[in-house]
Amino acid sequence: MLVLLGIVVVVAGFVARLNPLIVILAAALVTGVLAAVTPGVDARGLLTAGIDTVARFGDAFNDNRYFNITWLVLPVIGLLERAGLQERARDLVTQVRAATAGRLMLIYLVVRQITAALGLTSLGGHPQMVRPLIAPMAEGAAETEHGPLTDKARFRIRGMAAATDNIGLFFGEDIFIAIGSIVLIVGFLEQAGVRVEALHVSLWAIPTAVVAFMVHGARLALFDRQVKKDMAVPDDAPDSADNAEGGR
Amino acid sequence: MITLAHAYLATGLVFAAFSILSLRDPLNPTRFRSALFWGLLALSMLFGDQLGGLGNGLLVIALVGIGASGKLGVGKPATTSREQRQASAERWRNALFVPALLVPLVAVGGTLLAKHTPAGAWLISPVQTTLISLGLGCVVALVAAMVWFRPPVMAPLQEGRRLMDSIGWAALLPQMLASLGAVFLAADVGQVVGDLIAEVIPMTSAFMAVFAYCAGMALFTIIMGNAFAAFPVMTAAIGLPIVVHQFGGDPSIVCAIGMLAGFCGTLMTPMAANFNVVPANLLELPDRNAALNGVIRAQLPTALVMLGANMLLMYFLAFRFGS
Repeated sequence: MLVLLGIVVVVAGFVARLNPLIVILAAALVTGVLAAVTPGVDARGLLTAGIDTVARFGDAFNDNRYFNITWLVLPVIGLLERAGLQERARDLVTQVRAATAGRLMLIYLVVRQITAALGLTSLGGHPQMVRPLIAPMAEGAAETEHGPLTDKARFRIRGMAAATDNIGLFFGEDIFIAIGSIVLIVGFLEQAGVRVEALHVSLWAIPTAVVAFMVHGARLALFDRQVKKDMAVPDDAPDSADNAEGGR
Repeated sequence: MITLAHAYLATGLVFAAFSILSLRDPLNPTRFRSALFWGLLALSMLFGDQLGGLGNGLLVIALVGIGASGKLGVGKPATTSREQRQASAERWRNALFVPALLVPLVAVGGTLLAKHTPAGAWLISPVQTTLISLGLGCVVALVAAMVWFRPPVMAPLQEGRRLMDSIGWAALLPQMLASLGAVFLAADVGQVVGDLIAEVIPMTSAFMAVFAYCAGMALFTIIMGNAFAAFPVMTAAIGLPIVVHQFGGDPSIVCAIGMLAGFCGTLMTPMAANFNVVPANLLELPDRNAALNGVIRAQLPTALVMLGANMLLMYFLAFRFGS
């Protein structure tokens, strides 16, 4: 039971808004040291457990370096932004009369879900797609409709663009049989002595995918009204914003 | 053959360049700390395998110390003005999209080639193929953009540094959380949590068992930031022994939908840094450091409805269909 204090550290750290890097490291040390607490353990034993935990964390950190390969995209995206990529994305969308932020993201949701279901998960993503293309296009469409955006509307659109990418990915990828989660399910069940077919598992991800499309699609269909409401909130009025918060 | 080592080498060199350029940027208010931070990350990418467990652990402690000792500054490399960008956008028009789309196309194409053709398998290592292909796609797109648009030679590294600085120490979060997961695993934290939930929720009916399993998946994913970490724990504690064995649910359906219930948790937590915190930084949201930032708030309604939908789907499908 003592090892649960590591989770308490994580939750308390996030609630207290401490720097997450420190919180994570502290939680790891607390967990590793408390796992070594047994009747009769001395200070030296706990110190060894602490050092072992640092080493275990270091090993895992080294094994997980592959996350950083994604940052290789930043020089390309930065270069294209320098040459006007975001401006071009906006201009292109403003030429399409029927485009609105909501409709645009609805199309992106469909594309993201279908391509993820075909295993093409790396077609989307926040550094590659959302920041350079989807968010500026949606902002451009909203600007054509409403005029210059207020901060509230702009950040609402950006948040929704990132959310749509995640939701399309999560509720599409499991339909593809060779994705990590399906491999994990099949492997886990096999360890437990239950044999299932990967294809069978992935087929049963379809009902959820359909419901997810209907739920998030409906929200996107109503999204343009939300943006219109946000346009009524002026930028430099912290007082009125406070009142609006209190009135809820 | 292109392997993970080459991708690490390229990433390490880019971080090293960020470090040197930060050091030489007098407009970055924290240029020494920034240079040290990206420099240590370069060290990890280039020589991590030689450092050993404790060496890497000390490197992490140093990184955390720098990242947590105050906000990292954002460098101000010379870039184009708004007007120049608009003019450039009108000049190059849709050609600007080509390199941007080359990245995912090479990433996907490389992965497919490596898996299905002998030439592709000869070119790209079978370990972490997608990430290697993604790195390759970045290099190909960069070369294409350099040849096509002819920007100054240092522009990609300077512009990359501008974006990297805007993400700051949050760039490290996914890797840190994965490492915390490894420590939790070694300390058997998962088993303790699973047993606890099994004790708290009385699973006297099939519906209560489904409810406990899906809620547990989402809750544990919120804490861990990763449904993959929650899945073995909750499935071993509730999914398999109770929903499948005691009440006769189909294992394929129970596990497929259980995993998706976990994904609903991923949408609700700042612990899933690469999905929820990194984009908030990339999109420069003002509330990016709040526990419920703009991305998570946009996802919450969909995630909560989907969690309920997954419970109902599992309850109505798992006991009627299946092999």
